[in-house]
Amino acid sequence: MTHDPTTSACGEPGRLAGSATAAPQPPGRIGGQIDYDKFLDCVHCGLCTAACPTYLETGDENNGPRGRIYLMRSVVDGRLELTPRVNAHLDLCLDCRSCETACPSGVEYGRLIEPFRASQRRAEAARQSARNADWFHRYILYCLFPYAQRLRWALAPARLMQQLRLDRLLETLGVIKILPRRLQRMQSFLPRLLPGGPPLPEFLPALGPKRARVALFTGCVADALFRHAHWATARVLQQNGCDVVVPRTQVCCGAIHYHSGADHPALALARANAAAFDAAGVDAVVVNVAGCGSMLKDYGQIARELEPAQAALLAELGGLADKVRDVSQFLAELGLIAPRGELKLRAVYQDACHLVHAQRVREQPRDLLAQIPGLELLSIAEPEICCGAAGSYNLTEPEMSDRLARRKLANLLAADPQVIVTGNVGCSMQIQSALRQARRAIPVVHPMELLDLSYRGVAFSRG
Amino acid sequence: MTTTDHDVSRSAAGVGAAFLTRLESIFGEHGLIRQPEELLVYECDGYVIEKNVPDVVVFPESTEQVVKVVNLCAEFQVPFVPRGAGTSLAGGCLPVGGGVMISLTRMKRILEVNLRDRYAVVEPGVVNLHLTQHLKGTGYHYAPDPSSQGACTIGGNFATNSGGPHTLKYGVTVNHVLGAEVVLPDGSVVQLGGAVEDTPGYDLTGLFVGSEGTFGVCTRVTVRLTRDPAACRTLLAVFNSVREATQSISQIIGAGIVPAALEMMDQGIIEAVEAAFHFGFPLDAAAVLLIEVDGLEVAVDDEARQIIAICQAGGAREVRQANSPRERQLLWKCRKQAFGAIGRLSPSYCTQDGVVPRTKLPEIQEFITAVGQRHAIRIVNVFHAGDGNIHPILLFDERDSDQVRRVLEASEEILLKCIELGGSVTGEHGIGVEKISLMHRLFDAHDLDVMRSVRQAFNPGGLCSPMKMLPTAGACGMEHVMQKRPGRRAAL
Ligand SMILES: Cc1cc2nc3c(=O)[nH]c(=O)nc-3n(C[C@H](O)[C@H](O)[C@H](O)COP(=O)(O)OP(=O)(O)OC[C@H]3O[C@@H](n4cnc5c(N)ncnc54)[C@H](O)[C@@H]3O)c2cc1C
Ligand code: SF4
Ligand code: SF4
Repeated sequence: MTHDPTTSACGEPGRLAGSATAAPQPPGRIGGQIDYDKFLDCVHCGLCTAACPTYLETGDENNGPRGRIYLMRSVVDGRLELTPRVNAHLDLCLDCRSCETACPSGVEYGRLIEPFRASQRRAEAARQSARNADWFHRYILYCLFPYAQRLRWALAPARLMQQLRLDRLLETLGVIKILPRRLQRMQSFLPRLLPGGPPLPEFLPALGPKRARVALFTGCVADALFRHAHWATARVLQQNGCDVVVPRTQVCCGAIHYHSGADHPALALARANAAAFDAAGVDAVVVNVAGCGSMLKDYGQIARELEPAQAALLAELGGLADKVRDVSQFLAELGLIAPRGELKLRAVYQDACHLVHAQRVREQPRDLLAQIPGLELLSIAEPEICCGAAGSYNLTEPEMSDRLARRKLANLLAADPQVIVTGNVGCSMQIQSALRQARRAIPVVHPMELLDLSYRGVAFSRG
Repeated sequence: MTTTDHDVSRSAAGVGAAFLTRLESIFGEHGLIRQPEELLVYECDGYVIEKNVPDVVVFPESTEQVVKVVNLCAEFQVPFVPRGAGTSLAGGCLPVGGGVMISLTRMKRILEVNLRDRYAVVEPGVVNLHLTQHLKGTGYHYAPDPSSQGACTIGGNFATNSGGPHTLKYGVTVNHVLGAEVVLPDGSVVQLGGAVEDTPGYDLTGLFVGSEGTFGVCTRVTVRLTRDPAACRTLLAVFNSVREATQSISQIIGAGIVPAALEMMDQGIIEAVEAAFHFGFPLDAAAVLLIEVDGLEVAVDDEARQIIAICQAGGAREVRQANSPRERQLLWKCRKQAFGAIGRLSPSYCTQDGVVPRTKLPEIQEFITAVGQRHAIRIVNVFHAGDGNIHPILLFDERDSDQVRRVLEASEEILLKCIELGGSVTGEHGIGVEKISLMHRLFDAHDLDVMRSVRQAFNPGGLCSPMKMLPTAGACGMEHVMQKRPGRRAAL
């Protein structure tokens, strides 16, 4: 039913809620599987609005958290049809969850937008025949991203081109312009591909007295692009007395699948991971990529959403979720063995949304970095506002993504840092790309890389 | 969807194609919203009991654009209402009668900061807290700190004369606005006051602050900047009864101490904020007082000691002091986000806002408890206790119309009691549409006539924010609503 403004008189109570005329839709309809109580947590106070990057940029309530909740709820209530305009406002959401941090009512916005989107994608997929499904989603997101090895192969030519500086040549010649638009964007987002080193072995022993046994999650994109950060993370864990296990049977976290509505592949990946890490018999599953970490921590919730009747599945996935820790969170809980090597650097720590908002990990990485002798941590304006990377957002909503990247870059540069530190692959790529466009050569590293250098007593030398 | 018999909306019928075409030529496609599915979110603000969608929302980026839309409204006789962040708890942004909603959220530049003369010039859409963040490191801040400061705009604060915990000592918005630029409903732009104190002539700035958008649209504000206090002490006093807590408040003020802030939260609120922020509040306490003193280093310890002694004599079972800036920040966060945290207790809430003389706090508190019991409505309380401003929060589920009715009845009884005790029906949230029917209880016919003629002077056609604040209809032909149903809320 479309909303008809002429009938919306003042003084009609209960219209925000599912009133008599608008019973919540049965499951199967868009947003039908959302726990309706989660909508009711929102008391419409508006305190979240100024925390939302897209609201800050547009000033439109439709692009703010309170408005988006209102839109989704109205769709679920059958008050509003999911028109292209409504879709556009929901698509523009970064799922950065800054609104969750700001909301005093404890609204779990992520548990509204994510299942809502997933059900949208499911409905789309059901409508579209396989033939005219979006090639980009089909090939790049499904066939390439989840598979670290395929990604590494796919990126090999890019790595070679970068090494030979051919990419710059092609960029200058404009040859890249003939690639499809989204491929062009992906190309421009590729960071300087470092030689990541060999794959991590299945086991790395603790150095010094053993304090814990952990498994390291390596992921798909991260392992292809940021293997050097995995190595650094593993070494830091070893330094802190951890036996590190890297199960070979682990797979992609499934975030890309889940977010595009492919529930069953997502669940299959989740179960494979649960099996891989359960077998490893560890105290914690350590993740060094914010996005993967928050997906893994949500496994239990997702099982509840998708297969509410399956208690065993819930226990299996919830069990893994409970063990997942971001590496900085884990080290802070364990108690960091202070590194000794001096790194005289002015650094800014850039919060990854999936750490600070989704996992509420804010102080830990800062506290760890502050223990590096000589390192000065600078603060920036709007630290909690997303840089616009947000998973594949920089490919699907390029305009807003660029606006937010520029906003973030301006705030970062105002602090005049020598190095930018961030705990997420996506943020790192986004900032590196923004820096390249602004022709600024400031290195962007993972917090574990700096800790690793300090432990090894090696000076900082990139960039 | 059924059409109700009291359909007051002039939507669609109200604005014609010619008007929209002209509006589009001013704002372009990105500066305006007119599709029903995008207008829906503008049907209410922080007050969700009454709703109405505007016909169109515009996003001016300059005073000139505001002038143009206001002129166009005058030409076509279309009502308009300004909107900031939409955190009003009184339905201030409700587009009664449809028409144009003027959203000021894109006018958000900080135009000037002058530390030597201690003022800043800002556009109305600047978020209150963003101004203070912008001033970080300068030694100055913007003092009015409504609990909604992380989201609400300076323009909205200007319109509602917002207060906050720290306005007990520093004064409410009107004490911090030096001047403003406003667009009157006839399209003229006037400059009120200025960067210097005490401009000659009538104090129009004072008149406009708190006028709830009924005199025109504020497009620029010159605000006073306040020096950061050299030192402060933040105390938390825990009581086993609300009466002891409220009596201690009178004792503190009676002793001649003016705390920077003096707030009370009762058990229900403590439960909600503890669930939200895990501060470590004692969940079995009947009430806590949050008290802050600030000033010179030498003075604050002395005042803090006095306050501790008074609270202990008044029956406090424990008085704690915040040990670090982080702890202080968390305490204030708990207090300021208390309303929002209510979502953890109930799906809907109605925050009431009344004022009583400070010494009547124990009496009104007991009355509130009795009203809650009589109507079977759970009521929790948070007070800006220092200035007698009470916020009983009535918990309900808006899907249950009987609960809604009981909430409205209980609210009214509480507010009438405030008047009876020599107080008023709003301390800071304003009248909006919510309390319009109580105005005649607060003021007699002569008082209201004077107010009406003031409004008449600035807003003669009544197109600007019709049906707000004063119980007269504007030009939008709404009188029948009032006549058919005595008091707007009877429409429920
Ligand atoms: C959780 C919560 C806590 C709150 N705590 C406090 C508090 O401690 N103290 C307090 O005083 N209030 C409080 N409020 C109420 C509200 O936040 C304030 O009234 C605030 O000043 C409104 O600002 P806004 O930008 O949201 O204005 P809006 O809600 O958008 O508008 C409020 C009124 O101002 C008018 N208006 C807005 N901008 C302009 C303009 N540029 N020109 C002319 N008129 C305009 C509107 O028409 C409307 O009548 C609270 C609200 C919430 C939800
Ligand atoms: S999400 Fe939270 S902060 Fe935002 S309007 Fe709802 S209750 Fe308020
Ligand atoms: S998740 Fe981020 S972009 Fe989406 S509504 Fe919340 S704050 Fe805004």
